[in-house]
Amino acid sequence: MENLSLMMAPLFSSKLLLVLLFGTLFGLILGVLPGLGPTTGGALILPFTMTLDPLSAVVLLTSIYCAGTYGGAITAILINTPGTPAAAATCLDGYPLAQKGEAGRALGMATVSSTVGGIFSVIVLVFFAPFLAQLAYEFGQPEYFALAIFGLTMLASIGDGSPVKNLIAGAFGILISTVGKDFMTSIDRFTYGINELSEGIGFIPVVVGLFAISEMLTQSTLLDQVFKRVALKAVKLPTLLDYKLTWKTILRSSGIGSFIGVLPAEGGTVASLIGYSEAKRWSKKPEEFGKGSIEGIAGAEAANNAATGGAMVPTLALGIPGSATTAVILTGLIIHGVRPGPDLFREQPEFLYGIFGSMLIANIMFFILGFFGAKIFARITLVPNKLLWPMIFAVSVCGTYSLSQSLLDVWIMLLFGVIGFFMRRYGFSVVPVIIGLILGELVEGTLRQSLVIFDGNWFMFLTRPIALTFFILSLIALAFPLLRKKNK
Amino acid sequence: MNNVRTKKRANKKSLPFFIGDAFKVCFVIIVVSIILLIQTFSFDIVPPILNRGIQPATFPKALLVLIIILTSVIYYLSTKKPWKIEKKLPKVFFITLFNFALFIIVSEFLDFFLAISILSIFVSYYWGERRILYLLLVSIIFPIIVFIFFETILGLRFPAGIITNLYYY
Repeated sequence: MENLSLMMAPLFSSKLLLVLLFGTLFGLILGVLPGLGPTTGGALILPFTMTLDPLSAVVLLTSIYCAGTYGGAITAILINTPGTPAAAATCLDGYPLAQKGEAGRALGMATVSSTVGGIFSVIVLVFFAPFLAQLAYEFGQPEYFALAIFGLTMLASIGDGSPVKNLIAGAFGILISTVGKDFMTSIDRFTYGINELSEGIGFIPVVVGLFAISEMLTQSTLLDQVFKRVALKAVKLPTLLDYKLTWKTILRSSGIGSFIGVLPAEGGTVASLIGYSEAKRWSKKPEEFGKGSIEGIAGAEAANNAATGGAMVPTLALGIPGSATTAVILTGLIIHGVRPGPDLFREQPEFLYGIFGSMLIANIMFFILGFFGAKIFARITLVPNKLLWPMIFAVSVCGTYSLSQSLLDVWIMLLFGVIGFFMRRYGFSVVPVIIGLILGELVEGTLRQSLVIFDGNWFMFLTRPIALTFFILSLIALAFPLLRKKNK
Repeated sequence: MNNVRTKKRANKKSLPFFIGDAFKVCFVIIVVSIILLIQTFSFDIVPPILNRGIQPATFPKALLVLIIILTSVIYYLSTKKPWKIEKKLPKVFFITLFNFALFIIVSEFLDFFLAISILSIFVSYYWGERRILYLLLVSIIFPIIVFIFFETILGLRFPAGIITNLYYY
């Protein structure tokens, strides 16, 4: 009961409500614009959060996350281009249904299923995160090392890309985290005599570079691309028949999305693909999938929004990001001096339940804004890239510079923009780099501290049951993409 | 049938292995990794009496070896299942890239905001915008809004330069 009142606290704070409204609006705009998304948007807005208190800052980032994930569906349905990668599966049925003149119905179903998925996942978050945090009290350095390794091996199964390429990208991310002074001995590594590099490479220049700048370069290669738009009159709430057809799919996908979200490193993209394929598998009319099935839209959208709350579980309880966007949220927490983990649950419950509550409200807010404003948000895609991207560049550069007022950060951002462009061109996902970068310090730190505890004996890891379990799970995570390939 | 086989062989022969994207990408990754690996040998070594656990160079070394091994694996896999051939990059991509270089030079030697304006106007122009009003919006009005926002709300001080100094002094 006490926790419930803590959760409802944001409702009674005009400042938090305003932050939520801004975050939801901004998230929707980011989600609608192809190439941007909650991860890039979160990274761009991170410097601005420095003017806010920690709770408002995290509320802003989480509302962007929730609304941005939903916003991707609007473009997926109306112009057959997913606003975010997590909305890719929505295109498969959303656009064909819109072409049949039922864009309003498609968007209505996407809005309802996204909201249900999002709320379902917040409930999972409220109950599961404290439980996981309680479990984390049993964790020592070796267990955290094994957990971080598990998180990294999960990278192998991100998306449909090559597992080996994902692992290379993850290792590259960890390698970036080794730049700077070694935390145990203060010995310089890869600093090349540049003093500013002694502190290491910042998270924001890398994220903004890999997401925003590389996307700008990608857009420069797509200038001749023409979008075919479907006109939208108004968003229509699903009919009773639609609810009858889809309620099981929505609930199933909400469960799938929440579960996938909880797994370290996995996020909305994987969740929506699995949610979609499961919806098809259980459907009485699987032949309609790909031709405008309302179940297809419900399956994909409920799952990707359910992954938002799920991904917050390991982020808050263990400090292990559940997705690329939660890696940005984690950075937001850290730069505001909040250390995620079990202690956070014991010492600052009002902070945590404030986050949970605001996520719940954000889901309701994007439902209202999406329902009444989808038509306006869809018009944002009419802003031509030739105007939009130079503006995004200006904000990226100033935002990156503002964090430590260093031009070196801007150069690093540009360098990673170029690296990110070529990575994406040749089939390497940039998400593992981000996860690797954020987990790198944890992996190395816990490994070295464990080896001190074990007196250099590596086999001692196997004597710790929890660590051993995570190592076995890591092996399964590595074998999973191979098994999936074989099944295909 | 034989003709088809001969043609296939001829096609394969006409493309030397080092032309393919997979080879080029793997080659670059491995060469960069080897250079970094060599650099790790010049990291300071902690004397055994002070050393707790592993040496500072050991972890990056292990990562680089892992990257080299995994890259060899993707190259091997690419010989079995070739990567899809990417379209040639358009001219405008290289112009955008050149603008980044120009941005670095101008912001380092002249002015940070002048660099943003120059990049914005060039990128916008080469991406197809020809309307003067919109070019001005992107290159002057928007950067000024961004500058004022960062300067007043975030209290940020931008690096000195020929234009920024006009504001500061």
